Amino acid sequence: MASRDFSHRLSDAHGSLRKPVSLARRLHIDVPLLVLLLVLASVGLGVLFSASGGDINYVRRQSIFMCLAFVGMFIVAQIPLDFYRRWSPWAYLGGCALLVGVLLFGTGAKGAQRWLEIAGFRFQPSEIMKLGVPMMVAAFLHQRAQPPSLMTVFGALAIVAVPAALIVRQPDLGTSILIAASGLFALYLAGLSWKMIGAAGLGVLVSAWPIWQWGLRDYQRQRILTLLNPHDDRFGAGWNIFNSKAAIGSGGVYGKGYLQGTQSQLDFLPESHTDFIIAVLAEEWGMRGVLLLLLLYVLVIARGIYISFMAQHLFGRLLAGSITLTFFVYVFVNIGMVTGLLPVVGVPLPIISYGGTSLITLMAGFGILMAVGTERRRVHF
Amino acid sequence: MPHDHHLKDPHTEQRLFRNRMLVAIVGVIALLAVLVARFYNLQVVNYDDYRTQSDENRIQVRPVAPTRGLVYDRNGILLADNRASFNLSIVRERVQDLDATLELIGHLIRLEDSDVSKFRKRMKRRRPFEPVPLRFRLSEEEIARISVNQFRMPGVSVQAELVRYYALGDLFAHSVGYVGRISDRDLSNFTEEDVRLYRGTNSIGKVGLERSYEKTLLGEVGYENVEINARGRVLRVLERQDPKPGADLTLHLDAHLQQVASDALGDRRGAVVAIDVNTGGVLAFVSKPSFDPNLFVTGISFADYRALSDSLDVPLFNRAVQGQYPPGSTLKPLMGLGGLEAGLITRETKIKDPGFYKLPNDPRIYRDHVRWGHGEKVDLIQAMAQSCDVYFWDMAHRWDIDGMHDIATHFGLGSKTGIDLPMERSGLFPSRDWKRGARGMPWFPGDSLNAVLGQGFVLATPLQLAVMTATLANRGTHYRPQIVKTINGAEQPPEILHNLEAHPDNWDLVFEGMDAVVNRSYGTGKRAGKDLDFRVAGKSGTAQVVGIAQGARYDSEALQERHRDHALFVAFAPVEKPRIAVAVLVENGEAGGGVAAPVARELFAEWVPRTESAVNTTADVSFSEGADNG
Repeated sequence: MASRDFSHRLSDAHGSLRKPVSLARRLHIDVPLLVLLLVLASVGLGVLFSASGGDINYVRRQSIFMCLAFVGMFIVAQIPLDFYRRWSPWAYLGGCALLVGVLLFGTGAKGAQRWLEIAGFRFQPSEIMKLGVPMMVAAFLHQRAQPPSLMTVFGALAIVAVPAALIVRQPDLGTSILIAASGLFALYLAGLSWKMIGAAGLGVLVSAWPIWQWGLRDYQRQRILTLLNPHDDRFGAGWNIFNSKAAIGSGGVYGKGYLQGTQSQLDFLPESHTDFIIAVLAEEWGMRGVLLLLLLYVLVIARGIYISFMAQHLFGRLLAGSITLTFFVYVFVNIGMVTGLLPVVGVPLPIISYGGTSLITLMAGFGILMAVGTERRRVHF
Repeated sequence: MPHDHHLKDPHTEQRLFRNRMLVAIVGVIALLAVLVARFYNLQVVNYDDYRTQSDENRIQVRPVAPTRGLVYDRNGILLADNRASFNLSIVRERVQDLDATLELIGHLIRLEDSDVSKFRKRMKRRRPFEPVPLRFRLSEEEIARISVNQFRMPGVSVQAELVRYYALGDLFAHSVGYVGRISDRDLSNFTEEDVRLYRGTNSIGKVGLERSYEKTLLGEVGYENVEINARGRVLRVLERQDPKPGADLTLHLDAHLQQVASDALGDRRGAVVAIDVNTGGVLAFVSKPSFDPNLFVTGISFADYRALSDSLDVPLFNRAVQGQYPPGSTLKPLMGLGGLEAGLITRETKIKDPGFYKLPNDPRIYRDHVRWGHGEKVDLIQAMAQSCDVYFWDMAHRWDIDGMHDIATHFGLGSKTGIDLPMERSGLFPSRDWKRGARGMPWFPGDSLNAVLGQGFVLATPLQLAVMTATLANRGTHYRPQIVKTINGAEQPPEILHNLEAHPDNWDLVFEGMDAVVNRSYGTGKRAGKDLDFRVAGKSGTAQVVGIAQGARYDSEALQERHRDHALFVAFAPVEKPRIAVAVLVENGEAGGGVAAPVARELFAEWVPRTESAVNTTADVSFSEGADNG
């Protein structure tokens, strides 16, 4: 489907003046992406029904979230890219202000302040920054010649560092790293020189030990230690990973059957409807189901990359590329964590995990992708 | 805003972007490959391991404890029962903070330090996810308190368990015994097979029949595979192999006769054993003081145990099989028979009793318990009826000790009776060889004089005396005493250990002597047959507790109560066709005829009329359960 569409779009690029603009394009809808997202959403609801122990209420609530998220995506897609570019500094600064607000007046649970309550409406400002940071970096780089000069690089790094630092203070290391990654992807795609990338990599290696010693909190260190040896504390810190691995592994190639997973249905799998939901899929549908889900994700990513290639401006290109790669990072970090490759950080599986907030942000991101993909050509080359 | 020196070049920008994006795509593909490889590793390569892990998570093999066999008296009165009891148990895996949980429980219900320390001991040898009991026998109020606060204590639950209950309390403590929690010592003696048998079972027989018939009563453990959820709740049983309940025991013991014997002894320390003359079945088996066996079932408290073990009256001591006493004159019928058989005496043998006896070449004076003697012409009948010591000394002096030892051995003295109870003592009847081996000394004529009167080295348990009396009563057939009559309805056949051949005239003579003890005006045991419409035959005895110095006289007033002589009486009835033989011991009771004989009488009065018409009359027997509990 993707390849056929690709050729169609290529011919479209050459004959755009002659051919009438399609309805989908006028509505700023990228049909292949929309279809993929709808398929993923349906798969998600199906897995959620099983993961919640057959509780239809979860499915109902998540369906409402999904409707809201898709509507949000359409709205976001209608707004011209230039608007985003011009308003991104304000969105960014506003986001930073809210993050400061979280540190000062935030509410939260389990020792972390992540929420802000304004007029009875609770939300996480860090969600705004998931899009705000890459947008700001892309807008910043858009005005400058590529490859970016050293000064530009430092400017971009500063843009990334401020919100990342504020979020780390909440503390929410996982989100902070993912937001930083989305900004850095934009910088990387703008043509950051390999020398600098190499130097940065070296810097990370050198600072690993000091960060372990002084930069991490006890529970964060514990999570990493648990990752390295989950059997040390089977009934304590290692419980989640031990049981998610057992769930996935016992699924085998063909799975135990829908609603038949013993690990998930008998409550051995914690957080089975949120962060660990892929273990439910893997247990009940086996490796077949996992590969199918991964394929869906790959197609979404491929479509995102295609859109970024086809973008008219540097801003759109960087933003689309960054959003797509960040999406992949979410997928990778979540699955890596559930399968015991990465430490446990609270990252949901995109579109599948139960939860409204992250879903809405995610779909807004796809809205921006659609905005990029359906932008009217004003400049010809 | 500061501007770059370079001009913006869309083509360079696009080229750079594509370049970087292609590298990123390679990275994405590589990381995807890592994920796929990971799933392959988990779901294909290590599939079996994880399958096992997930099954171990959800499937638990749980032992199902068999129901312990019940114990009935000969008339079907339940002596040992299993009753539901509620425990407070904890599954360690489900508890976050054990100390905090224990503290919380301590606020809700009574929890003693000993409960906690025993609990921690049990914790050390539990299996994963096994509920470990903390408190037993919760009251209804305690169960309610726990239930209300259940949500604050994950992993804590109230569990029902069948525990042993002895309805008649202390009445059968020394015969039926009791079960208790399996201790570390029990465990260290376990074979691998035992470990399997006791899965799921918390109790083991400690004393009495509960111990000697442990394997019979236990039954065979069953198993069930259950599916549990993460909170340990059983969702369904996947497979089940039912346990086989233990076998029920019916005893020869008669609860009613037992009660009569216990009442007759009253508050005195002592033992009563009654035996069915024709089978060796034990009809009554009393050792006093007794104790409540129910205290031990779920673990006795330190205070209760100290009270029992520190008591001067040693209630935990089973006097009937473990108490070894000098049998005194109760041996006279047996010795008389031996003397007749050996030709040392006849019906006509008469001696002069001046009240003392002297061995040739020995200055020592052996004093009869009657200072002035029993008269000029004392024959065997009189010697038995009045318990004339000089008659038997005269005979013993002419009798080889090994002959005396032989006849005593035929009646079961000096060796364990083989009763189906644990921890029996063997008593002692000396011989030449024994004295040389044990004391390194030759046999002196004076030793024979002591032995013939059941003094000196001679020791016997009340049970041995009862067996001896029963063997006399049925003219030489020595049965092994048995408490258990049937196992699961299967009759346990009487077992004859030995048949003593003796001349019928000699038996008649001994019977006549024992009859005289009870029925002649001068007999020492008249009170054993008082107001009975059948004839009783018996023999009294007195056993010295403290040796009396040569020439001194026994003065009961001057002696501490616990240093006074033990009173003994052995008897059987009816004389014409004996059915029941009884041995009575009253510690520090002084007079066999005065104190012990009336106890025996009560048993005859109860038993003989009841067995008059048929061998087993059960119609008029009623015994309300629990009436005498405690």
